[in-house]
Amino acid sequence: MTAHTLIKNTQAESALIDAFAKSIDTLPGAATTTTARKTAIGGISTRGLPTRRVEEWHYTDLRNRLKTVPEGDARASGDALNALAEGIARIDLFDGNVPSDLPTGVQVTHLRDLLERGELDRSLAPADPEDVIGALNAAFVSHGAALTIDAGAKLDKPLELSASHGPGQAHLRVPVSVGADVEATIVERQTGEGAAFVTGVVDLTVGDDANVLWVLVQEQAVDTDQLTQMKFRLGKNARLTLAILNAGGRLVRHEIRGVLEGEGGDFQMRCVNLLGGESHVDVTMVLDHIVPNTTGTEIVRNIATGKASGVFQGQIRVAKEAQKTDARMACNTLLVSDEADFSAKPELEIFADDVACGHGATVAEIDEAHLFYLMSRGIPENRARALLVKAFVAEILEELDHEAISEALVSKVDDWFSKNG
Amino acid sequence: MLEIKNLHARIAEDGTEILRGVDLTVKPGEVAAIMGPNGSGKSTLSYVIAGRDDYEVTEGDILWNGESILEMDPAERAAAGVFLAFQYPMEIPGVPTMEFLKTALNAQRTSRGEEALKIPEMLKRVKAASSELEMDISMLKRPLNVGFSGGEKKRAEILQMKLLEPKLCVLDETDSGLDIDALKVVADGVNHLRSEDRAFLVITHYQRLLNHIVPDSVHVLYKGRVIRSGGKELALQLEDQGYAEIIGEAA
Repeated sequence: MTAHTLIKNTQAESALIDAFAKSIDTLPGAATTTTARKTAIGGISTRGLPTRRVEEWHYTDLRNRLKTVPEGDARASGDALNALAEGIARIDLFDGNVPSDLPTGVQVTHLRDLLERGELDRSLAPADPEDVIGALNAAFVSHGAALTIDAGAKLDKPLELSASHGPGQAHLRVPVSVGADVEATIVERQTGEGAAFVTGVVDLTVGDDANVLWVLVQEQAVDTDQLTQMKFRLGKNARLTLAILNAGGRLVRHEIRGVLEGEGGDFQMRCVNLLGGESHVDVTMVLDHIVPNTTGTEIVRNIATGKASGVFQGQIRVAKEAQKTDARMACNTLLVSDEADFSAKPELEIFADDVACGHGATVAEIDEAHLFYLMSRGIPENRARALLVKAFVAEILEELDHEAISEALVSKVDDWFSKNG
Repeated sequence: MLEIKNLHARIAEDGTEILRGVDLTVKPGEVAAIMGPNGSGKSTLSYVIAGRDDYEVTEGDILWNGESILEMDPAERAAAGVFLAFQYPMEIPGVPTMEFLKTALNAQRTSRGEEALKIPEMLKRVKAASSELEMDISMLKRPLNVGFSGGEKKRAEILQMKLLEPKLCVLDETDSGLDIDALKVVADGVNHLRSEDRAFLVITHYQRLLNHIVPDSVHVLYKGRVIRSGGKELALQLEDQGYAEIIGEAA
């Protein structure tokens, strides 16, 4: 008898196992898909959800934190959502509806069709035993869309992947294949209302010489727990800029698992975590540089108020062959309340000998000189401080290559402050 | 009216005394120039007037219209009409210039019981002021002072001064880093603001600025005290002879 079988399931684990038993016959997929789903849930039922003793989950004890899992498909009462900015083509991940103004060169396929044809079986397999998000999503996934962007396409407008859910469970997957030499901006919205449990996986391949701006906006409700993942692979001279704004949710974990596969690849991440109330937001990144001459810069800025807690784990792995890698990572946190906390765990694992790598994690403070300047113009201290706290995060959002989206993100930050400031 | 009486101030962090008994009076409508060699305490004086808490006042007082401002924080002093044009204006990424201007102007207006300005009226004033200062208004779309050249920052300071309409304008080395054309534009901006009910304290190391902003009085600051006061001809004398002679006389 192994230790695994001794686990007494928590309420959430039991709910997941029951939900799976109830829905497996109706979940979309070929016979082989069903097998893949059963394997995925099998890992959860024997091992249980990860606790703080599992290194990858040390700061987010999922077993302890995930108290309940609501029943039922969350789709029904999901509220329609306005696009992040004007002139964006929206794709609804629940019904797979494609807008009439979809830019040329973009194909959208219902995820359900791919599942039925068994075409996703292989990619459903979790990456490793710690890939709990991949496993949960593989077991339950039922909604989403696959995007293909033809080589050479220069999208004349951004795409928005919209998934606004109601109470219950929502499990989404979005395989995206970006061809060579594409220019594209893709906005991913994570939002909804009501007690919900959401998982999501984005599986992105960026072709050679392509340039993608991916903007993730997470504004879940205070009773939504969400576990999502973005996997990506970058081709030769490909560039991916990933902008993340976390501004909601109760228990949120967002994993980024990226591989720079082609020489000249560049990954840029700008992540803003606004933590309020009793929320717990975890951003965990593992980035692999496996060929020579790739670059990456990750900047994470956090503001923690109330009793919120946050986590950033950033692991940069530079393979022996990956000479001339330039990798930079910085995580800065402003703790606005005494009861808030943030854990940062930057890690560099370098096997090449000719690289430029660096990381830093700091607890930031309001710059007193800046405060004096603003006050000397008649702005009262509390307002001046609020302006500077906002500036601390707005600074890294305002430099994105899309002005309207930058502005929309900064105004989301304003919204958050008016609710949590 | 500004009355500085026997003002002593030191650096809060290490206790170094910088101002050692400054006495100075500036009447409404007066432009007073403060000159002095490096390290004489000129910038410190401007910061202490504006209320920077890196400095501690240990003795003496600063009266503005008869009331001490020492207990007021910088925002309260600003609302009372005090404005400091910084020698090195700060770049503040993440704070949009227009939002900053609007917040500052309306905070001052509401603290004085005036109505807050609506955005169109605000924009109108900003446009008028920036065209007078030959500033490209698109610069104001940037975050506060970010990416501005030295000269642009100085113009932006004067722009703020025009918008906020203070009653006591302290200009700290506004001429530093300006070429002669920019200096003229900035000086014109200041001269336009001269009026009977507004006092100026123009701090400068060189006489050059005072050719363009002609002072009513000139005061020489040395080792934290005013060692000599006079009319505008005192500035010319300094230009000719340097500080050494006057310092020698005072010593």
